[in-house]
Amino acid sequence: MKKIIITFTFAALANGLAAGDWPGFRGPLGNGVSDEVGLPVALDAKKHIAWRIDLPGRGLSSPLVVGDRVFVTASGGTRQDRLQILCLNAADGSVIWQRQFWAMGSTMCHNKTSIAGPTPVTDGRRLFAIFSSNDLFCLDLDGNLQWLRGMTLDYPNARNSLGMASSLVLAGGVLVAQVENDSESFTAGLDKQNGMNLWRVDRPKSANWTTATVQKTVSGTEMLLLQSGRGIHAVNPKNGKAAWHYADGASTIPSSALADGVLYVPSHGLTALELADDGRSFKQKWRSSRLRPDTASPLVHRDRIYSLNSAGVLTCGDIDSGKRLWQLRLDGPFGGSPVVADNHLYVFNEEGMVQVVDLSSPEGRIAGEMDLGEMIQCSPAVSNGALYVRSNRRIWKIARKTQL
Amino acid sequence: MKLSCLYATVAALGFAPFGQAASNELDKSVAALRAVGGEGQGNTAAGRALQRLAKGGAGTLPALLAGMDGANPFAANYLRGAVEVIAGNTLAEGGELPLVELGEFLLNRSHDAKPRALAFELIRRVDAEAAEQLIPGLLGDPSVDLRREAVARLLGQAEGLAKAGNKPASVLLYRQALDAARDLDQIKSISGALRELGRKVNLTRHFGFLVDWQMAGPFHNKDRAGFESVFGPEKNAELSASYDGMDGKVKWQGYSTGDEYGMVDFNKPYGDLKEVTGYAQTEFVSGIDRPAELRLGCKNAWKIWLNGELIFGRDEYHRGMRIDQYKLPVQLKKGGNTILVKACQNEQVEDWTVQWQFQLRVCDATGTAIRSGTKKNREVATQ
Repeated sequence: MKKIIITFTFAALANGLAAGDWPGFRGPLGNGVSDEVGLPVALDAKKHIAWRIDLPGRGLSSPLVVGDRVFVTASGGTRQDRLQILCLNAADGSVIWQRQFWAMGSTMCHNKTSIAGPTPVTDGRRLFAIFSSNDLFCLDLDGNLQWLRGMTLDYPNARNSLGMASSLVLAGGVLVAQVENDSESFTAGLDKQNGMNLWRVDRPKSANWTTATVQKTVSGTEMLLLQSGRGIHAVNPKNGKAAWHYADGASTIPSSALADGVLYVPSHGLTALELADDGRSFKQKWRSSRLRPDTASPLVHRDRIYSLNSAGVLTCGDIDSGKRLWQLRLDGPFGGSPVVADNHLYVFNEEGMVQVVDLSSPEGRIAGEMDLGEMIQCSPAVSNGALYVRSNRRIWKIARKTQL
Repeated sequence: MKLSCLYATVAALGFAPFGQAASNELDKSVAALRAVGGEGQGNTAAGRALQRLAKGGAGTLPALLAGMDGANPFAANYLRGAVEVIAGNTLAEGGELPLVELGEFLLNRSHDAKPRALAFELIRRVDAEAAEQLIPGLLGDPSVDLRREAVARLLGQAEGLAKAGNKPASVLLYRQALDAARDLDQIKSISGALRELGRKVNLTRHFGFLVDWQMAGPFHNKDRAGFESVFGPEKNAELSASYDGMDGKVKWQGYSTGDEYGMVDFNKPYGDLKEVTGYAQTEFVSGIDRPAELRLGCKNAWKIWLNGELIFGRDEYHRGMRIDQYKLPVQLKKGGNTILVKACQNEQVEDWTVQWQFQLRVCDATGTAIRSGTKKNREVATQ
């Protein structure tokens, strides 16, 4: 059923993950691309909603999938100070376990976002979940708490009254938490075993909701690519030391996409940076104002790059030149980012409408639509032939075979 | 709570399986969790202790809840993790939770608010009817979460009486609910209902917003440098002092806000200025030495001092504002306490960046207003 990317498979298994797992924000490669095939295209709620489960709180974090388990975070309570972590059975959506913790940091955020904004990450053995309150919990996959951090207690001015949203990433065996805001702004590399700081570096004092990307260098080491209003800082995840800096600014909302050694940065529209194999330098490849993304992060698939603008228009560009190839008007706006599987792009708008774009069509073609009827701002997960997406109230599994 | 008390607690609760050795083990494990500090200090030992605690039976739940008394937020969450695993496993295996002991823990207000609220959650999980019976007694509870349950129940009753045409009884229930309510949504709901019933509500007094101030300004905040700049009021806040302001000498001038939610608006006396800094001070008279919280709402960069001591500051602009946005624990001294607030306005020009303001109240940890003894404050004068 699946095409397996050999290199990814080796890396994933080494980490305790398997092919088909969706371990973090925008998937195994952090770029929204899945190697799944066979997802439903001409969507029909009666046929393709395998299950739908109520959640105990709000959220726009993405679900994760490890094997037959789905993990999702939520925030509940009058003050949104009940931080929830759930593990569901992928087969039927039943709750395997549910954990709740008290928020230790600020639970203030814009009404449109949520304290369960950032997406967790897993190495296949442990789940690391962070919330907008900068509270971070590590649990094993059976729901046993391993350790916790309250980073606004540690650093009292590390907070954002609009809400934090940068998702956790794993790089070089280190858990990376971006706590970037207008005041006490930093990124920290944490020991996965106990959550203690391995390093902590000051970051630009400016609110930032982007998530880092991870470059695998030719030597097999990994480089952390931190995006902010000041551009891109390439950082060694082992020690936090900067290797290079693209200083021409970047967006603080949509995140960069990395594919085949090229980083596509939301900067002056979209700027392609060709990264040196050794992770020590970069050079600018092209820049296009016509590929400017809005909230959704850009996506690279095969030899094309796709971005969604504020008008809900999907723009396709050539990855070698940045030249715009075609545009397709979709029904926006989009708070979450698209994913691609089997040459089809799936994106959910804020009104809960999923739109499927056939990328094999010369200028793209809407091949399917389905209305879930609730505001959706998360980026979906793709795993084992299914899409998983959540709203402030529910989580859905969308698959070819109805299992209800 | 002293750890040595844990055994006594467990023993008093009558959990026979708990021998001295087991109790010592529990004491050690809870101690490891309570020793967790900032930046992950103690996490490794806590993780091991948690594994041991999670193997305990449901009989350990009251002791684990008691272990949260006086614990820091890290430890409270670790202990919650153990409680959830034990309760979840017990119920999944068809076992029972110690309902009576949990109820007794809940009803003992000498315990901390969070574990008591957790005890209530556990009770409700296994016996919703029993939980429902407990709710009326929670109206004046130190736990805001528990008190909310009782307020919600009163609200429903008051609404029912109003619909039935029994206005006097409805008003009285709403009054009772308002007196107990600490959550903004409930307070707004109750005050709206009372006003619809033709009754007056003084929300300024309910929250305890400070409304009478002295202001000095404007000082500069060019390039957002004002936040770190030390202007005259930070050196000498005497009301008779004068300072070098942005446009010449400035003095303290009286300002009172009539805003229901106590908004202190620098734009009122100084105009809609940009890249400026202002100060406001007031005196709060406390009848006793006591702990309290200064609760601030502000969307500008700000600093706050109590009796000349810097309490906290934050250089964030226009990311949002709400009541009780910042909860700052302080110690009030008996007599006059000077509160000095610095608020900086930045250079942004969008229409949502006009505000140069704050709201401040003094309350206890539950959000219950502490009112100044001085008659200078309007909310006291209107008592």
